[in-house]
Amino acid sequence: MKYAYFPGCCDHTSAKEYDISTRAVCKNLGIELIDIPDWSCCGSTPGHSTSHLLGVALSARNLALVEEMGLDCTASCAACYQRLALANMEMKNDMKLCEKINCITGKPYHGGVKVKSIVEVVAELGPEQITARVLKPLENLKMAVYYGCLMVRPKEIQVDDPENPQIIDKLMRTVGGEVVDWSYKTECCGGGLAISNEDIVLRLTNKILKEAVDAGVNCIVTACPLCHFNLDMRQKKINKIFGTNYHLPVFYFTQLIGLATGLKPGELSLETHFVDTREVIKLIA
Amino acid sequence: MIRVGVFVCWCGSNIGGIVDVPRVAKEAARFPYVAHSMDYKYTCSEPGQKMIIEAIKKYKLNRVVIASCSPRLHEPTFRKTIARAGLNPYLLEMVNIREQCSWVHAKEPDQATAKAIDLVRMAVAKAIHLKPLYEGSIPVTKKALVIGGGIAGIQAALDIADAGYRVILVEREPTIGGKMVMLDKTFPTLDCSACISTPKMVAVAQHPNIELLTYAEVTGVTGFIGNFSVTVRQKARYVDHSKCTGCGTCWGKCPQKVPSEFDLNMGTRKAIYIPFPQAVPNKPCIDAASCRRITEQKCGVCAKVCPVGAINYEDRDKILQLEVGAIVIATGYDLFDWTTAYGEYGYGKFPDVITGLQFERMVNASGPTGGKIVRPSDGKEPKNVVFIKCVGSRDEAKGKAYCSRVCCLYTAKHAHQVLEKIPGSQAFVFYMDVRAPGKAYEEFYQRTVDEGARYIRGRVSKICRQGDKLLVKGADTLLGTQVEIEADLVVLATAMIPSRNSRQLAQVVGFSTDKDGFFQEAHPKLRPVEAGTAGIFLAGSCQGPKDIPDTVAQGGAAAVKVCALFAKQEIATDPMIAEVNEALCTGCLNCREVCPYKAIKRKTIPDKARGQAAERTVARVNSSLCQGCGCCASSCRSGAINLNGFTDEQIMSAVKASLQHQRLLTNRQ
Ligand SMILES: Cc1cc2nc3c(=O)[nH]c(=O)nc-3n(C[C@H](O)[C@H](O)[C@H](O)COP(=O)(O)OP(=O)(O)OC[C@H]3O[C@@H](n4cnc5c(N)ncnc54)[C@H](O)[C@@H]3O)c2cc1C
Repeated sequence: MKYAYFPGCCDHTSAKEYDISTRAVCKNLGIELIDIPDWSCCGSTPGHSTSHLLGVALSARNLALVEEMGLDCTASCAACYQRLALANMEMKNDMKLCEKINCITGKPYHGGVKVKSIVEVVAELGPEQITARVLKPLENLKMAVYYGCLMVRPKEIQVDDPENPQIIDKLMRTVGGEVVDWSYKTECCGGGLAISNEDIVLRLTNKILKEAVDAGVNCIVTACPLCHFNLDMRQKKINKIFGTNYHLPVFYFTQLIGLATGLKPGELSLETHFVDTREVIKLIA
Repeated sequence: MIRVGVFVCWCGSNIGGIVDVPRVAKEAARFPYVAHSMDYKYTCSEPGQKMIIEAIKKYKLNRVVIASCSPRLHEPTFRKTIARAGLNPYLLEMVNIREQCSWVHAKEPDQATAKAIDLVRMAVAKAIHLKPLYEGSIPVTKKALVIGGGIAGIQAALDIADAGYRVILVEREPTIGGKMVMLDKTFPTLDCSACISTPKMVAVAQHPNIELLTYAEVTGVTGFIGNFSVTVRQKARYVDHSKCTGCGTCWGKCPQKVPSEFDLNMGTRKAIYIPFPQAVPNKPCIDAASCRRITEQKCGVCAKVCPVGAINYEDRDKILQLEVGAIVIATGYDLFDWTTAYGEYGYGKFPDVITGLQFERMVNASGPTGGKIVRPSDGKEPKNVVFIKCVGSRDEAKGKAYCSRVCCLYTAKHAHQVLEKIPGSQAFVFYMDVRAPGKAYEEFYQRTVDEGARYIRGRVSKICRQGDKLLVKGADTLLGTQVEIEADLVVLATAMIPSRNSRQLAQVVGFSTDKDGFFQEAHPKLRPVEAGTAGIFLAGSCQGPKDIPDTVAQGGAAAVKVCALFAKQEIATDPMIAEVNEALCTGCLNCREVCPYKAIKRKTIPDKARGQAAERTVARVNSSLCQGCGCCASSCRSGAINLNGFTDEQIMSAVKASLQHQRLLTNRQ
């Protein structure tokens, strides 16, 4: 399996762990990721909320680059995935828009590439292939899988059911973890509002953490850099403001698959989280 | 000598407001064979008809063209008119210049007028070739079949039977009664549903003119209006009802408990059972899949305890053949399965999220909880009850586009029952709009509001577990805020959908369904209880969501239609049907393949060309079955089939008239 890989900006900065663990796990599982040469930012929420054309054009340019590589495309960041997949769909279905965008980018593209989330790419390996590589099943890890908004909405590009997604739950069970059934899988964490209106993010993220703790888990699993950022980095502040006492490690799903398939914590950047992960990792036999 | 009269109608301003009607009449006067042409405000009115009759006499007209509304509306009217003037009623040609001109081209009056003139030109050309046609007649079997024993079917069966005709009522469940007997009280009067429906069920069982076949399904229908042949599969009951006294010993002793369908799986029944104590017939049947004697050759308790030896484990399904003259379809509705569509309400994994019909069983004194409203999860009495309306209705993304019509009222009823039965309780109702357009309905809803039910305009976006309660999150779109309610019980008003397998039934019986799978009436306003196929009538919620008053009204209306049919000794058949020219027919029987009414049969005739001994195959049209759709005529390779009233010659003359005129115009330019 070979994919053009769109790492995105977060993966180079706040979510380095996601990039590092994604590359390590894919290599280990035989998925070849080739960086898109000269890729540019997908614009994320600020991009498309400023201008629809800008949002589509940024992604269309990247997809045109992918087309030149002759590969299908994957992104680890949930926001990048959503932007690329949506732009791809619009370019395919809206001839007029497609023409306009191609004028803007100067790089003709007509929607020929397939865009997948890294979650789908890993899940496509199938449980047998993954189980065969498991060296250290994630026993004693009881996790709340948190999908957030972007991977499961809107309908046209959803990776899984928006109300009760299962795709990462299944992966986690495959590598020996225990997942709980909880109601906040796809509740919003506040996302990018962190910058303009932190109060809202703290409130929303607090609810998610509370539900996870009430569900009796010892960690949260996610596949979105911004969700991770809010859940992991803001725990301390939330504790201070709301008088809570959370100490809940938040992992990327790739980090946990990495651990189960024998990669070392150092190779997965497990030591760079805000909430210490060591105690929980020790639980795995 | 052919003399055509043309009458162009204004239809008040319906046509006259757009189309230049006098001009159409003036142009038509110049068409070949037209002896008289005029316009009139309301041609269908009594003076309008009189005017036609006088014109026919005065100008010795022998073909009539009327340019007005759709023939579906007034063709029968005008046929009768010209017959009164002594003409054969089929020497009439109608042109629809309302739906096809003024209504669709309201913004381009000149073109509408030009089109009207063209259409009249074609109609005149066709009218010249019209031939007199004569109606046939067929006898009527004066016995009706009613399919479905809900309140709609019960009402229809009783009304037909009371008029003195025989009725066979086929119900697929072990009892009649449908959904109405499952309900507790009925809006808007809150009278006890069982008290008003079970007497009718008993009346059905005791009526000398009604033959009741429960636990049975219609599997085949052939024939035509007045003469249907129906096949019914009577499912094996394993209990001989001619011996059984309904004493109840068997179901008392049966050790096998299974979830009760009648109680929507909230209670249990035995493997040998009657669905509920007032069931009709009040005698049991064995559910073979759950009976250990039938599946494993063990047990056999019921046979041992039966005092009259009515149990027969060797019973088999029986096939019955019935002859009837009319069929009333009253197969009712089912409820939309919300668990497959509404993930935000938990996909059915929260036991305390139930449907309105489950709530009905729960508040019902004879239901699984003896009338107590409880939480299915722990049997405790709920304090906060949330109702969500339009679950699957008015929600194209997840369910159906239409409104289910009864939910607003039954939710008001349920909220009232919560407030009445549980002291200190609160009822919250999430709604999109409150639709209460029935007699005393708005007042009923207002009463519930006055009693303290909290109506919140908005949708529920999510139901989450919160401890042993449910957190209902939604929007209050009037206040523009988000709301969160801690609920003990959530009741969903799920959409009404056609009862299961109704599409197959429509195919078996031979009529059509609408886009949502409900049964299609012949005309939404003027023929609401007739199916498109003659002799088949519709009653109740199988035709579209409706409440009990409307359902009962339709049951009665369908019965009247049946009685009107049975009041005749013979019925006239439409002569506008297909006719085979045997000289041209090659016997390929392509026509038989395309005929939607199974009206074409193979026929063997002597082959004149090869002497008396030789034979050949030709197609034969059964004139009672043929509906005149014309599929056969257009599929016939040798041009041997003509549709009376739409012969090739008639249609080609119309087309030619139009094309020749177009050429004339082009040449002139
Ligand atoms: C929760 C709830 C509460 C309600 N409360 C009220 C109320 O208070 N007041 C009110 O006016 N209305 C109320 N209604 C509406 C009411 O239930 C319907 O108007 C009424 O039951 C319709 O009757 P029906 O005979 O058309 O259909 P049904 O009651 O569905 O009866 C159809 C019958 O046909 C049978 N059948 C189906 N297919 C076949 C087949 N192929 N062959 C043979 N038999 C077949 C079925 O088994 C059933 O017995 C309520 C509805 C719901 C869901």
